[in-house]
Amino acid sequence: MSAVALLVVSHSRTLAEGVRELAAQMAPGVRIATAAGAVDGGLGVDVVRIAATMEELAEAGGVCVLADIGSSVMGTDAALELVREDLRARVRFADAPLVEGAIAAAVIASTGAGLDAVVAAAEEARGARKRSL
Amino acid sequence: MDTAERLDGARLWRMVERMAARVAERRAELTELDQPIGDGDHGINLHRGFQAVLAKREALSGQAPGAILKGVAMTLLSTVGGASGPLYGTFFLRMAAAAGDAPSLDAAGLVRAFEAGLAGVKERGKAEPGDKTMVDAWTPAVAAMRERLAAGGGLAEVLAAGAAAAEAGAQATRPMVARRGRASYLGERSAGHQDPGATSSAIILRAMSEVAAEAPAS
Repeated sequence: MSAVALLVVSHSRTLAEGVRELAAQMAPGVRIATAAGAVDGGLGVDVVRIAATMEELAEAGGVCVLADIGSSVMGTDAALELVREDLRARVRFADAPLVEGAIAAAVIASTGAGLDAVVAAAEEARGARKRSL
Repeated sequence: MDTAERLDGARLWRMVERMAARVAERRAELTELDQPIGDGDHGINLHRGFQAVLAKREALSGQAPGAILKGVAMTLLSTVGGASGPLYGTFFLRMAAAAGDAPSLDAAGLVRAFEAGLAGVKERGKAEPGDKTMVDAWTPAVAAMRERLAAGGGLAEVLAAGAAAAEAGAQATRPMVARRGRASYLGERSAGHQDPGATSSAIILRAMSEVAAEAPAS
């Protein structure tokens, strides 16, 4: 069993769901949640929902957060400020490309690795060339 | 100190209502500014956020300044959606923390809250003056408010100085080349357009200044 969960933050519900689907297929058994889209269902971020999802996942263990671009990253940082203090250390942002990072993180999480290793795996994906994968 | 020179929750709530009204009036202009360099939704997003704030009137209007600011922050964080959600949300959240649970703020306390808000926005957006962001409105505004305060200015004078400086700061973003957000992808092509976030920041501060200049409600 793996204790580290993934959280995919995106402007788009469709994009987040696609990343979740792809990463889950590569890493069965890993909990992958999404917090995506604006409160009205359109494109955007809902910081309060991101924070609530972080807390929900952190209750069970470490959380590796991946985000698409711009406001999703700022929204993740703002959400971290809202997360209950006793849970905050269990939630880490991985500064990584969303697709490659999510897959790398999910695969490593499926081995039962800890939060540091999962975040590191995601961030290592940053420099990956498509052709050498 | 004259009670008119303190900002209590009731007066702050009137300022929040004025912000919502001014954003509503100027949302088309904000969206227009956002079209050439942003994703064209700043006015719509901010208007949606402030309308959601107004819907919390019953819960918020009777609270102390810190609680009102926190309520505004949480509502904007949830409803604005674009980059301005996390940025304005953080701004008001840090203001709320600075205001604490004091029943009212004097001019010095309000300026300290703005300083905390500006620090929060810079941290959240990783932006510095000159990057063509709302930091370019808030930085001169906070400096002007600090200066007016040091010169003995009261609440209304401090906010008037801040609003004027924010407006000038927003106008000064026009020739700048954006270094943050979607506009930064445009490089040199972002020059020649006034930044929407700096503009809405000036609108918000002007709304506060308007209410401060009016006689307090009895």
